[in-house]
This record gives sequence, C-alpha cells and structure tokens, in this order.
Amino acid sequence: MTPPETQRAVHAVFRIESARLVACLTRMVRDVGLAEELAHDALVAALEEWPRSGVPERPGAWLMATAKHRAIDLLRRRERLERKREELARELEAKEEAGAEAAERAADEEVGDDLLRLVFVACHPILSPEARVALTLRLLGGLSTAEIARAFLVPEATVAQRIVRAKRTLAEEGVPFEVPRGPELEARLSSVLEVIYLVFNEGYAATAGDDWTRPELCEEALRLGRVLAELLPGEPEVHGLVALMEIQASRLRARVGPGGEPVLLLAQDRSRWDPLLIQRGLEALARAEALSPPAGSYSLQAAIAACHARARAPEETDWARIAALYDALGSVAPSPVVDLNRAVAVGMASGPAAGLALVEALRAEPSLASYHLLPSVRGDLLAKLGRLSEAREEFERAASLAGNARERDLLLARAGACARGAKPS
Amino acid sequence: MRFMVIVKADEKSESGALPDGKILAEMGKFNEELVKAGVMLAGEGLHPSSKGVRVRFSGKKRTVIDGPFTEAKELVAGFWLWQVKSREEAIEWLKRAPFDETEVEIRQVFEAADFAQSDPSGEFRKRDQQLREAVEARRR
Repeated sequence: MTPPETQRAVHAVFRIESARLVACLTRMVRDVGLAEELAHDALVAALEEWPRSGVPERPGAWLMATAKHRAIDLLRRRERLERKREELARELEAKEEAGAEAAERAADEEVGDDLLRLVFVACHPILSPEARVALTLRLLGGLSTAEIARAFLVPEATVAQRIVRAKRTLAEEGVPFEVPRGPELEARLSSVLEVIYLVFNEGYAATAGDDWTRPELCEEALRLGRVLAELLPGEPEVHGLVALMEIQASRLRARVGPGGEPVLLLAQDRSRWDPLLIQRGLEALARAEALSPPAGSYSLQAAIAACHARARAPEETDWARIAALYDALGSVAPSPVVDLNRAVAVGMASGPAAGLALVEALRAEPSLASYHLLPSVRGDLLAKLGRLSEAREEFERAASLAGNARERDLLLARAGACARGAKPS
Repeated sequence: MRFMVIVKADEKSESGALPDGKILAEMGKFNEELVKAGVMLAGEGLHPSSKGVRVRFSGKKRTVIDGPFTEAKELVAGFWLWQVKSREEAIEWLKRAPFDETEVEIRQVFEAADFAQSDPSGEFRKRDQQLREAVEARRR
C-alpha cells in the first residue's frame, strides 16, 4: 500500500472505530473530552506507524490498545493523582496483563452499553441543540470539525468552540457516564432523537452541493438512527424515527426539480423514489408497531409517510388513514402545522368542504400568519369548491409570503388559472 | 455513498450445498456487525445457476438459456449493498468478512449527483444558495 492509500485506510478505520473507542475510553477515564483526545492520539499514532509496518490485521484492536496505554500513562502522569485514579490505573494494567484477548471479549459486551452511554452524554439536554449536534457528529459520527462546519454552513471556529464548551459543561456539571433509567429514559431519549432528526432535516431541506453535501447529512443521520435502533431495539420511537428517515430519504431524488426548485410530495415523480429505502422504512415501522401501536410522534409521522410510500400514484393514497393519523399526532404533538396537514388530508378524504371547515379555525392562528402554505391550502380547497375569485386572492396572498421564487411562480400560476375560470380537476 | 459488494460463485456454491455451520455462524456475526454499524442496506445469497436462466438479446430476438452456467468464478453467488462514506470504508469493512480463499468485488453505485449537470458558470450553485436561504427564512 502506498502511503496515501494507507492514510486513507487509517481514516476509514478510524471512522468505523472512533465511536467505540471514545465510548470505551470514556468509561475508563470518566471524561468525554479526555477520551476524545486519547482516541485522536491513537489516530495520529496509526498515521505514523501503519505506513511503516502496514495496516495491522485487527486495526480496531490496535487503536484500542494504543489508546488504553496512553490512558494509563496519562492517569499516572497527572500531577495531583487522587487515590481513585491510581487504583483505576492499576486496575487497567492488571486487565492488560490478564491478556488482551480476554479483556476484549468482555469488552465486546460492554461496547454496546458504552456506546449507548456516550449517545446519552453527547445528547444531554443541558447542552444547547447546536452543541448536542456538534458533539454527536464528532463523537459518534467521527466527523472532523471542518466537516461539521461545512455541513451546517457555519465557520469552523464556531463549531470548534461549541465542542470545547460542550465538553467543559459536561465536566463541570459532572454529567455521569450512564444510560438513564425508567421515566428519565423517555425524556432523555427524546433529546437524542431530536438531535438525530435535526441533522437529518439539515440534509433533507436542501440540494446537492460540495464535498460533504447535504444528502450525505441525511445518510449520516440515518446511520446514527440505525445504530441507535440496534442499541435500543425495545424502543418503538427509535424505530419510528428510523422509519421516518428511511422513507423521507427515499424521496430525495424526486424532491428537487431540474432548476433546483423544491417539488411537493403530490407532484413528485414516484419512479424516482428509492424502493430499497421505502422497504427498509416499512420494515422499521413494522418493528415499531410490533412493540406498540403508533403512539409517539415519530412513529405517527412515519406511519403517515408510509401511507404515501405505499401509494403508487397520488390517487391511490389512503387519505382517510392519513387524516386519522394526523388526528392522533395532533394529540401527541399538537401544532398548527399538524392541524393544517390534517385539514389537507380531511379535504382529500371527505371532500373540500370538510377540509375548508378545519382551515377556517386556523386562519387566526398567529404562528401561521406568515406561513405561505396556509393560504395556499385554503386557495386549493376554495378552488375545488368552485369559489374561484376567493381562491385567486388566497393564491396571490400565498405567493407574496412564499420564500422561494419558483414556488411563488407556481402559486401565481394557480391564481392566474382561477382568474381564467379554470376549476382544478 | 453506496457500494455493491459482489461475492463470486465457486464449485461449492454452485453445487447447491449449504456452507458449514461454522462459516454460517461467522457470516451471521459479520452481518450483525454491519447492521449494528448502520452500514448494511441489503444483503442476499443467490441460488446456484442450475436454477438460473439467461435471456440472450440479439436485436429483436430473445433466447432463453437454462443454467447451469460454466465458469463458476464468473458467476455471482451473493451480494451486499452498503452505505459508507468512502471506498476505503467499504474496503475496511470487507476485510473483516470471514472469507477464506476467494476474491470479492466492490463497485460503487451510481447516485443522482453523478448524473448532475456540470455547472461551469456557477449558476446552479448560486440557485442552490438562494434555495438554502429561502428555506432558512421559512424556518424562522
């Protein structure tokens, strides 16, 4: 292998192993920041050593052993060594002597637990959402600061600072390295899911771009979600989130038109939906539903997405089921946007008059005051009822609120159609 | 990025005999690792070519040819689809597979972006940026 090839191999191995490394080291040294430094040191050592001696047969084990030795050295060299630390160091050395393989077999079982602990630490609610995202991508995704910065279109220094401050906060607040239990688990879990979905949405809302492009953000979030589903297989909302992401990701190729404009779901070319991801999404949803009927917000959103995914054409959509699911979603995670989506579904299932009745209630909703989809939906329902001049006003209003030129054009075109007396089919 | 990992057939796989218990267990564990890492998209084994069939195309003509087919090592016995960040990552994963004496191929899957228009004037990139800003504005 040439040196550059070896370098790339090192980075690939690190990406595969780093979360595990950091997780195990955190358990050893009880400090996420220190654990990350030790992992990084092992990476540097590999970059120096492997081009000379070749990539080892078990590269993960090599990195772990290297990092552990450094950990032991460090714990020893610390200036004011507490008794506990000395004991810890002795413990570690004893384990080393007992034989690396035996230690590793035991470590195998612990790895899953350690990874889970790391997930909960990185997503601790004491940190701001941005800090949680940066820390998660760094510690669990193995992303560099530069990659994270590029993904979120913020300066590298900002990301670096966020990570430094996050680690400091965790240390200062004495956040324990453990998996929360009982009722605390649900609350902490929703914090974790929020982080993963945040990352996904950053990638889902935009189009292709650079090296670390936004579709790759969706991939990263999907990967993290899938890993979490294996770590917490008994949690329906985890499978629900994975299902939602798989199905939404299945539409990535259909979401953007040739001019870079967003294409709404009902207008998308379904032959561009990825059947593999849809299949995976439906399987994940089935796993969630095997544990409990869809009750959490992610599982419900996934069930709605699945309704669309199963329809080969918009006309085949089970709108009645979607309306019922939005009903349930509205009680679990109430929001005016959910209510609006429900109105659309009801309009499709029970006719435009029924949908319009629901929209009327939302017109006074302050948070929807500048949301262009509200007048857009109202306009659509009015047009279907033949109330064309009112529909035209709504479409023009929606156009004025739309943030995207192409969408504005589409809405103005609909307004124009109403003016010409063309009722939508 | 997605990669297809292609496992070639050999006399044993073509004979239809199931691999022995130890190899099955090791492969099962390997597949588990792939799933746990969130890397596995799909993975299947294929029936031997004696159950397979080929369709030969020649202009408008279609000829159906029954298996088995010779040249075992030219045949596909199984495949995986992996989602990883780089070709090197796919290679590192494959190195961990419990194969004994064979060659396994890694091929990158075409993505939509590979078919994307080239953008010499930077126009698409500019529209990209505008779209992102619009989405941001909408979110606030």
